[in-house]
Amino acid sequence: MNKILSHSDVISQLSDGMTIGVGGWGARRKPMSLIRAICQSDLKDLTIVSYGGPDVGLLCAHRKVKKLIFGFVSLDMIPLDSHFRQARQNGELEVMELDEGMVQWGLRAAAMKLSFLPTRVGFGTDVLKNNPEIKLITSPYADGEQYVAMPALNLDVALLHVNKSDQKGNTQIFGPDPFFDEMFARAAKKTYVSAEEVVETEGLGGKEGAIFNRFERSLVTGVTHAPGGAHPTSCAPNYGFDMEHLKTYSAAAKSFEDYNDKYLNISHTDYIEVVGGEAFVNNIPLPQF
Amino acid sequence: MADSISLSEICITAASKAWKDDGELLATGIGLIPRIAAGLAKLTCNPDLMMTDGETFLISKPLPMGKRDASEDLIEGYMSYSRVFENLWGGQRHAMVTPTQIDSFGQTNISCIGDHSNPKVQLLGVRGFPGNFISHRNSIFIPNHSIKTFVEGEVDMVSGMGYNSQHALASKPDIFLVVTNLGVFDFNGPDHQLQLLSIHPGVSIEDIIENTGFNIAIKSDEETTLPSDEELKLIREALDPMGTRKIIFGE
Repeated sequence: MNKILSHSDVISQLSDGMTIGVGGWGARRKPMSLIRAICQSDLKDLTIVSYGGPDVGLLCAHRKVKKLIFGFVSLDMIPLDSHFRQARQNGELEVMELDEGMVQWGLRAAAMKLSFLPTRVGFGTDVLKNNPEIKLITSPYADGEQYVAMPALNLDVALLHVNKSDQKGNTQIFGPDPFFDEMFARAAKKTYVSAEEVVETEGLGGKEGAIFNRFERSLVTGVTHAPGGAHPTSCAPNYGFDMEHLKTYSAAAKSFEDYNDKYLNISHTDYIEVVGGEAFVNNIPLPQF
Repeated sequence: MADSISLSEICITAASKAWKDDGELLATGIGLIPRIAAGLAKLTCNPDLMMTDGETFLISKPLPMGKRDASEDLIEGYMSYSRVFENLWGGQRHAMVTPTQIDSFGQTNISCIGDHSNPKVQLLGVRGFPGNFISHRNSIFIPNHSIKTFVEGEVDMVSGMGYNSQHALASKPDIFLVVTNLGVFDFNGPDHQLQLLSIHPGVSIEDIIENTGFNIAIKSDEETTLPSDEELKLIREALDPMGTRKIIFGE
């Protein structure tokens, strides 16, 4: 079994109007090489589900997003994403704005093949007012409490970035926090991962390595080799986020053409060279919070 | 020492008292002043608090702000985002946050300014506010107390619930303490009205009334308790030796 695909192979398996979940969190471990490949493609009218960072910003800048399902969009050290803000303030985006825990609950419902999961989260806030499609449900038990019925967030595709994978899609995430990548994978019909390193199964590190295997390979449709694939976001423990690049990216909201020409109309291999080379990326220190 | 006490140090000390009676709850201070305040609470009034390194691990000793040698962190446990959700839904946390707007009902906003369908200013998004405010105790720090932060009517997008909720009969919010650059407040006035507990040095009641977009109750107009010598020493030497706190008020 060999699931190795190129970036363009992955893109060819996506289609207009799809609901795509993006793993990672804010400016951390985003599958940016795949996101840039989407930006270069003709794909359109996507619904994006994300704990948003520059993945959301870049897709917004390229007008790929019809609808965004999100709790926040942030670059961590830079609190707000300028491209996302611009898209919102120009009224370009349809949004389903949710509590970040509700996003997880929606993914979990999809992962469990349920139509919804109950929660109290959302009550007393405008999340319910702005999302009238979210219904309430009354407990059938003696308590009779009313809950928010958080609907399943069913994904056509999940895109994730991992530290290591074999050809079969046995992935490993070494960062101390795996975020909600597992839920994205389980909520999706197909999951494509980009990996810092692709190894033979023998190179996965046995039992010690297997602890970092956060979801099983049967969920993984394709594996793309992308060293530095999360840049400019972080990929602990390999590298931190590239603050200088994130500043350049943020400033590009004013005139996107230059940034786009320099960083987006090129292959991932060329991109890594342009931002400073693989050794440079691997030496970006991890942030301290 | 007392002559040189700064506003940020007064706010940190006042804010630290929020966690005094919380036992082993997870104390999460989001932003500079709340984070230093949580650390001060753990070093003074409540050593039992749980606290993270700002990322994934629970630490036994509050970390100093700014660059540090992380190999010296005393790690005692694990707190991934997934586990934070489990913790907070179970009510085992007391966070201190800084909303962009707050109203007389205690409703808070970090999502956007203006109409949600086409916002004038897009902010972060509601993030965890809906879950936090319905699940556990929260306190608030506002560095710029004005009628733009303490708004008349209701906040533009209710992100954290207030005391006016018509729903969720089983869950009322618990907004414990509100510390601003002008004074210290809580929501325990008549019918959960915002009430003044103390005023920072050099601030008048008129300043507070003028800068608040709704009526408040006055429980006390005494001066905010200043940091003790011990608290000042901990802030300056242990928690924020590089003085990152000074950026908040341009000190």
